[in-house]
Amino acid sequence: MKIQIQVDGKHVEVQQGISVLKACLINGIYIPHLCFFESSPHPHASCRLCFVDVDGEPLPVTACTYIVKDRLGIQTNTERVRQLQRSAFTLLLSMHEVNCKSCHANKRCELQKIAKFLNTALKQKTYPTYLKPISIDQNHPCITYYPNRCVLCGRCVQSCQYSVFSFAQRGFETTITTFGNRDVTEQHCENCRRCVEVCPVGALLMNSHQHQNQINGGNSNEMSI
Amino acid sequence: MEFETTDQDLITLYTICDQFTDKIIERGQLIPILQQIQEKIGYIPKEAIVKVSEVLSISQAAVYGVATFYNQFRFVPPGKYPIKVCLGTACHVKGADIILENFERKLGIKEGETTQNREFSVERVACVGCCALAPVALVGEQVYGHMAPSKVEGIFTQIEVKKQIEHKQTPNSEN
Ligand code: SF4
Ligand code: SF4
Ligand code: FES
Repeated sequence: MKIQIQVDGKHVEVQQGISVLKACLINGIYIPHLCFFESSPHPHASCRLCFVDVDGEPLPVTACTYIVKDRLGIQTNTERVRQLQRSAFTLLLSMHEVNCKSCHANKRCELQKIAKFLNTALKQKTYPTYLKPISIDQNHPCITYYPNRCVLCGRCVQSCQYSVFSFAQRGFETTITTFGNRDVTEQHCENCRRCVEVCPVGALLMNSHQHQNQINGGNSNEMSI
Repeated sequence: MEFETTDQDLITLYTICDQFTDKIIERGQLIPILQQIQEKIGYIPKEAIVKVSEVLSISQAAVYGVATFYNQFRFVPPGKYPIKVCLGTACHVKGADIILENFERKLGIKEGETTQNREFSVERVACVGCCALAPVALVGEQVYGHMAPSKVEGIFTQIEVKKQIEHKQTPNSEN
């Protein structure tokens, strides 16, 4: 069934039961988002970027978890929404090694897109930058992982049908891990590339492409357990 | 530093995991199983991650992810003489970080690590409960109060002496 909603004053018709974020994206209205992706089974709303103001809610809500209602009024660009988005984004970037020239995601990176959209710099100066000591992790036999580019959105964790990935450690140390699965057969990794494709930034790379990326000067220590 | 898991530890690991094979166990058992392993072996060896993932039919990454989330699990074997330096509030105020640094420098390892010969490990702990003695260090169960950098050397001498006495009492232990 279709229902009517109003986004930034514009009437749009959308499918009942979907999230505000999906409804907006389908209708070409962009809301910054990282942890949500098309085939995501259940949004865990961890990136805190998709805030919108909706009628009847005292505070901004995350668009990826808020389900549309008939005649719902949505504002995607209020000042407080932008403030929340900018702080969340700046915090993310305070743990990010911005070096787009030598990154394979350059020009199709979600961070670049969001920075442009929010009109903020990729090289943030608000907070001290915290980088992890290991910038390249080659534990997985076919995928290279760049911890300092990872935004911990969890898309790769959710997208892999064999749960090859998981979050490890916690706090500032949190990373994505494959637990050194040298033996692919044992881990069922089928080399399906799904994880690499859903990654919104340049944190995962199929190894065949790796030579193109050797130009960056990261130290390639292996992560050990 | 990489440590080979000893045969003895592997046997213990398999014995623990054997209790669970052929039984339907919930993912909720993951932490209790890891706790049992750590209690019996003293740490979580790599093989344990693999084995537990088989027992619970979840991915190795998932087991590793959960295990690394909790501070209570360690992934390097503790030394025969585990050194714990208290960094609780009182000890911290009394300069415990300098004590820790002294142990680290003396042994050439960082906190959370174990010397290659598995004799010593150093770790930081939160309050051990005797703040009046701050700063405090523990070697095994033995408490050393009012620690000072100059006392670090003395502790190692004591351990050496203790080792030699033990050695004399069990002269055949080497065979
Ligand atoms: S992940 Fe995106 S923002 Fe980060 S270095 Fe690569 S292109 Fe630049
Ligand atoms: S590797 Fe990519 S997809 Fe996975 S959590 Fe990091 S940024 Fe997200
Ligand atoms: S997309 Fe909604 S919180 Fe990340």
